[in-house]
Amino acid sequence: MKLAFEVNGERRTVETSPWKRLLDVLREDLRLTGTKEGCGEGECGACTVELDGEVVNSCLVAAGQCDGRRIVTVEGLARGGVLHAVQRQLVACGGAQCGICTPGIAVCAAHVVDRGLIAGCDDATARAKIRDLLAGNICRCTGYQLIVDAVIAAAREVAPGTEGAR
Amino acid sequence: MFDVDAALAGAQRLFDAGHGVNVFKQFVIRKGHASDAELDAVFAGAAHVIEGSYATSPQEQMYVEPQAMMAWWRDGRCHIVGSMQCPFYVHKAMKVLLACGADDVEIAQSVTGGGFGGKEEYPSMIAAHVALLARKAGRAVKMVYDRDEDIAATTKRHPCWTRHRLAVDARGELCAIDIDVVMDGGAYLTLSPVVLSRGVLHAAGPYRCPVVRVRGRVVATNHPPHGAFRGFGAPQTTFAYERQIQKLARLRGEDALALRKRLALRAGDTTATGQLLGASVGTDEVFAAIESVAGRPPVRDGVNAHGAPVRRGRGVCFYFHGAGFTGSGEQRLAGRATVAVGRNGFEVRSSSTDIGQGAITIFTQIAAAALGVDPAHIAVVDPTTSRVPDSGPTVASRTCMVVGAVIDRAARVLRRRLEAWGAERGTSGPLVELARAYAAEPCAELAETATYEPPPGIAWDDATYTGAAYPVYGWAACLVDVEIDLDTCEARVLRCVQAVDVGKAINPAIVRGQIEGGTLQALGWALLENVVYRDGKVANANMTNCIVPTFADAPELETLLVEVPYPFGPSGAKGVGEIPMDGPAAAVANAVEDALGVAFDELPISPEAIAATRPRWRLP
Repeated sequence: MKLAFEVNGERRTVETSPWKRLLDVLREDLRLTGTKEGCGEGECGACTVELDGEVVNSCLVAAGQCDGRRIVTVEGLARGGVLHAVQRQLVACGGAQCGICTPGIAVCAAHVVDRGLIAGCDDATARAKIRDLLAGNICRCTGYQLIVDAVIAAAREVAPGTEGAR
Repeated sequence: MFDVDAALAGAQRLFDAGHGVNVFKQFVIRKGHASDAELDAVFAGAAHVIEGSYATSPQEQMYVEPQAMMAWWRDGRCHIVGSMQCPFYVHKAMKVLLACGADDVEIAQSVTGGGFGGKEEYPSMIAAHVALLARKAGRAVKMVYDRDEDIAATTKRHPCWTRHRLAVDARGELCAIDIDVVMDGGAYLTLSPVVLSRGVLHAAGPYRCPVVRVRGRVVATNHPPHGAFRGFGAPQTTFAYERQIQKLARLRGEDALALRKRLALRAGDTTATGQLLGASVGTDEVFAAIESVAGRPPVRDGVNAHGAPVRRGRGVCFYFHGAGFTGSGEQRLAGRATVAVGRNGFEVRSSSTDIGQGAITIFTQIAAAALGVDPAHIAVVDPTTSRVPDSGPTVASRTCMVVGAVIDRAARVLRRRLEAWGAERGTSGPLVELARAYAAEPCAELAETATYEPPPGIAWDDATYTGAAYPVYGWAACLVDVEIDLDTCEARVLRCVQAVDVGKAINPAIVRGQIEGGTLQALGWALLENVVYRDGKVANANMTNCIVPTFADAPELETLLVEVPYPFGPSGAKGVGEIPMDGPAAAVANAVEDALGVAFDELPISPEAIAATRPRWRLP
């Protein structure tokens, strides 16, 4: 089946089975290997991408469901060689260790920051909200503390609705 | 045969190599007594004896990247690349499997998505599979475990049962400690003997005591094999001794932190193996750090966001962790690392892998500091066996402290050699310029390889299990406040503070990350993680039911870096990778006990476990 969708702002078409996982289409057909597989059952969040503005686990999405839709992967967060504020702060705060969960966390956290989901919150509320909003992304290395710090710092950098000072 | 008692009773004979039926390995430590009768006499004369039995559950490493390996053959040579902690372990295994020479097989680490011990020995297994399949197929073969395969098959933390007796005199001083440790090794030997060794060497805890007996056995059963996981036996025995010390505090009505401070080892004291502690014993500094932030315990009673009544409590613990290999392990291993003049500055070569813990950054910092150059001029070479010397495995909190020190020494010698070369030809200027000038010459590579040298005065006797078990220890204290929902019986960590003596934090963000990551693994082990075996198989081999803490489960973590330098570590640094895993589970159990007035001596302290104690709660 021929599928057409927008990936990171580019129109792409692939000839593939509609039952193939979006994760595999991204990694194998499109060679966008930034998206990772940690469990293949929607628990770890390493394969998180944005689909029409919603964060989804790409291991649970069939390729056939993506026809005509808009996908953002971790490769689409940086613009013109400039990292997204969330990516910059993950680096600056030490919010990444082994890195396998990092693409999914970056996509989800960028979604949180760009949509202003923690805008206007005091620090404690924002931290609690981040923990709730990112609860679908498992990191086994960091204990999460420095990732939460990074998302807070990124949110401070970015005015809501401005697409992440990309 | 899934029960260690049945295995010890010889219900079936799975293994017998002279340590007793089904005993993979046994260790005995004796301090201050010549016979069991002498030990019993001390207990008979004690003012108080505290006895307890403790059980800790198996734990899955749950690195987010599953085990993965690829192999191909070219010109009769086998190439293997994959996710691993220890390239030379895989290399050694392949030389045996393929009956080939060292140059006939090359192992390369790919970027590795977490290990925590789970990629210490298991990668040799999957490497063997892909190597043989690739030879048979005549093509490259890649194998990536599905998550359920990974959980079902790979090694986990040993479940452990510890019986602990503490004899105390009327003044509250420890007179004797008697410990019996039994670990379930599972169906294969794996690294069980060394895990047990570290477990028994930490079992008596960081407390002064003249008479100590520790017996440890690791037992063969038909469970999936258990193996290396951060802490490596120490978290299991730490849980037991810190529960015992807590019971002593309750018995005496003494403040939990004050009692620990009173009994804690300091420089000039001896450990259970008779090791005289010298430099870098951060006991007082660690207590001071915890006390400076402790504040008041949480308000006892309240109501949570769901309108349920809650009960709160506080727990503390004090603990230590030996850094580097046990006993004379580092001498035997004699790890080597090279610093060389490269095309664009300097190269650092070792087999130590970066598995997320920051080895590349730390090695860069250490080499840059020793050479006196900007870190931008340092390249840490990928640890491929054909290109790097064997600096040993990436385990045992040894990468920064042990291998880092070797790199530091190699870099200092290289610097002198390069400066001497410059002086000879009358060239001066920055070292990087000299390196560029050297690299432009048609002469042999300028490289310096250094080998591990033990600190002076370190002696260990493997036969009697006495002496310096580790070159140095990290010291830590943990404070945990918990809140128990009295309707659902869930325990939530409100606050978790860790103060850790790391010697020197070469990179504070990395050190914090190590401590916080280890702390959360420990909190998970305490409260919600478990591997459930049914008929000898993992019954919860998915991330859906073999759960680990999420963002929402994790408390805000407070980390206090304490620096009491170790004279033989790079810039004074000591190992930090494992220590944060050892203590928090006991602090959680102590806190839940404080809240509900009933002892928790088994892990995990799940809502079901708490609910089962409801009839015994004492909530004044």
